[in-house]
Amino acid sequence: MTIDELFNLQPYSLNKENKASLLNQWFKNLTEFHYNNCENYKKMLDSTGYSLSSEFNYFDMPFLPVQLFKLHDLLSVKKELIVKTMTSSGTSGQAVSKIYLDKINALNQTKTLTKIVSTYIGAQRAPMIIIDSPGILKNREMFSARGAGILGFSIFGTKKIYALDDNMNLNTDILIEFIEKNKDKKIFIFGFTYMIFQFFIKELKKKKINLDLSNSVLIHGGGWKKLINESISPQEFRAQLNQYCNISSVHDYYGMVEQTGSIYMECEYGHLHASIYSDIIIRNTEDFSHAPIGKPGIIQTLSILPTSYPGHSLLTEDEGVLLGEDNCKCGRLGKYFKINGRLKNAEIRGCSNTYEDS
Amino acid sequence: MKTVNNIEYLNCNPFDIPTFYNESKPQELFSELTVEYLDCLSKQINKNPKIREFPDVATFSFFCRRGNILQLKQEYLRPSPTKIGRGIVFHIAPSNVPVNFAFSLVSGLLSGNTNIVRVSSKDFQQVNIISNAIKSLSKESKFSEISKRIVLVRYDRNSDATKEFSRYCDVRVIWGGDETINHIRKMPLKPRSFDITFSDRYSLSVINADAYLKSPNQKNISKGFYNDTFLFDQNACTSPHLIIWLGANENVSASKHIFWKALNEIVLKNYSIEPLTNINKLTNLFSQAIQMDQIKLDHKAEDAIWRINLNKLKNNIHHFKSGSGYFSEYHGESLLELGPIINRKYQTLSYFGIEKDELNRFILDLKPNGIDRIVPIGRTLDFSLYWDSYNLIESLSRNIEII
Repeated sequence: MTIDELFNLQPYSLNKENKASLLNQWFKNLTEFHYNNCENYKKMLDSTGYSLSSEFNYFDMPFLPVQLFKLHDLLSVKKELIVKTMTSSGTSGQAVSKIYLDKINALNQTKTLTKIVSTYIGAQRAPMIIIDSPGILKNREMFSARGAGILGFSIFGTKKIYALDDNMNLNTDILIEFIEKNKDKKIFIFGFTYMIFQFFIKELKKKKINLDLSNSVLIHGGGWKKLINESISPQEFRAQLNQYCNISSVHDYYGMVEQTGSIYMECEYGHLHASIYSDIIIRNTEDFSHAPIGKPGIIQTLSILPTSYPGHSLLTEDEGVLLGEDNCKCGRLGKYFKINGRLKNAEIRGCSNTYEDS
Repeated sequence: MKTVNNIEYLNCNPFDIPTFYNESKPQELFSELTVEYLDCLSKQINKNPKIREFPDVATFSFFCRRGNILQLKQEYLRPSPTKIGRGIVFHIAPSNVPVNFAFSLVSGLLSGNTNIVRVSSKDFQQVNIISNAIKSLSKESKFSEISKRIVLVRYDRNSDATKEFSRYCDVRVIWGGDETINHIRKMPLKPRSFDITFSDRYSLSVINADAYLKSPNQKNISKGFYNDTFLFDQNACTSPHLIIWLGANENVSASKHIFWKALNEIVLKNYSIEPLTNINKLTNLFSQAIQMDQIKLDHKAEDAIWRINLNKLKNNIHHFKSGSGYFSEYHGESLLELGPIINRKYQTLSYFGIEKDELNRFILDLKPNGIDRIVPIGRTLDFSLYWDSYNLIESLSRNIEII
């Protein structure tokens, strides 16, 4: 099957057996391709004694810790062909991931995102509210994860407004006017979970404003890490959005700059779903063996998209639990799961550390 | 315990630092009172039933016994009638090795100094056991002179205290990583004061397989190696990361098999691996694969230990450290093969089955920039008054020339 044929399928339309036979072939080809075209990838696989010639099962294919993209330049095409370099958002001084995209890889990311997201917001583009400040896009040379997310999701918007100004203040007037003008239409709202909570929900609450967004769909991502201190659960997050905006269609997504496009969307039942463009494997922390349904472990993410860099099989530092496969009440086929958060590093002993956090 | 300006004083009252600086007086080295004090400290610590849970505290208490201190006096104090302390030593202890502060303090006391010791701001029971013993001895009037020379403080990172204490000390002893040292060095000392720094280091082991196979104590060697590495998650500067095997081919493969199998059993029984450490090992393996040539992982799913086979030694090997059981290994012809790789980062060489004469010759032949200690496997963590090739007693005291 070619990728264009895949784009003709519905994103959640393959059951376990069909998906396995598709992915086995696909990942065998991808692994071979990167092995033959990325010297560093070859060295990594050779160091583990992994053999391409033996019978391929994508469950056992090698995975790269995401950290490696911060430490090394990893690409499988000539550098001249790179049209876009995505970077992870890191605080200043920290190393950032660098993901090198050529034209085809970038295009396939966009197509995949469109396929997945349109099953949630419809095939038509819609008026869009971005809950962020326009300043985030000013530096176009380096795409940060947040900027890339906004740009990626912007393709679903017709007319777009930013809900926050450059100082992260809520543009209440613009927002109310925009909603009024589009009151008969479905509005698409996008933002990062923390930004939505901190600068949108909290502000509405403080200013005692209620918005009518009952027709809208809200998609948010970026994780809950920054919200831990606020001790707000996903349920509470939805409840507050419902209370202040009258919005009921709220979908979290799990994705990473290393595998842009093939994101994992949350369904109406609060479960994250792998599409036919991706898969998820939960691994036991002690020996990386497969964890069964219900047992928490390290999340390995698989994406069929990476061709210009060897990122089709990654080991994250997130902990998750597989909830089931092909049998979610929402009707989507494929695996569904939830994220427990970042893996914790307990106290590491040693003498090279006088100051905490240094 | 009293807190002033966010500095917690563990064993004494807060004081005015400039006055304290002006009034402090150096003492003679290994004074009889200090020796007696440490002996009593040892007994005081032993009264605490909790020390059974903390072998590091027990080791410290054993170190402080009169017998040991008197022996150290013989070893480390070069005869000179006119030797006294430098004055005030400000010790900055590492945050993750609980008992290190106490050893640093003892070297400061034995060399005749007043000591301000910053202990880890983490709540370690080991720190409490020792500081409580110091506190109870401070009530004994015969030790009042010594007790005045001990100030244990605790504060967090944002405090200005390090800056203040740095302004009023004669020697600053910094235990910590390179980053910490660079950070603290920005805080000025008095013109005549100086730093003794203990930075990030790299350590290795050498095993002679011919001797190993003949040894009746193979289990103990693995046990000693376990203590060298896993007691501090293979993150102590003394923990080995590279194992050099010497000897005949068949002896090396037989030894490797016995040695690692025994170690693996001890680790599985006594040690729990944190979730992120295995991911770090994999990251480190792949980085090493990219930057070194033809390395091979030797690891089965049930192994707690990751072994990386090298078919040659490259001078970037010290970049590939990972904690909690990650070892590169190499079968060498002779110790001299280490010549091209040893640099200033190298600290402890631990060994089995090699004669001291040979080790001595190895150092004098190679004259390496690195390697400051050579100790038998199992003893890398033993505290010594020689550390990173500083004689702490000499470095912390003044020798007054009288002609």
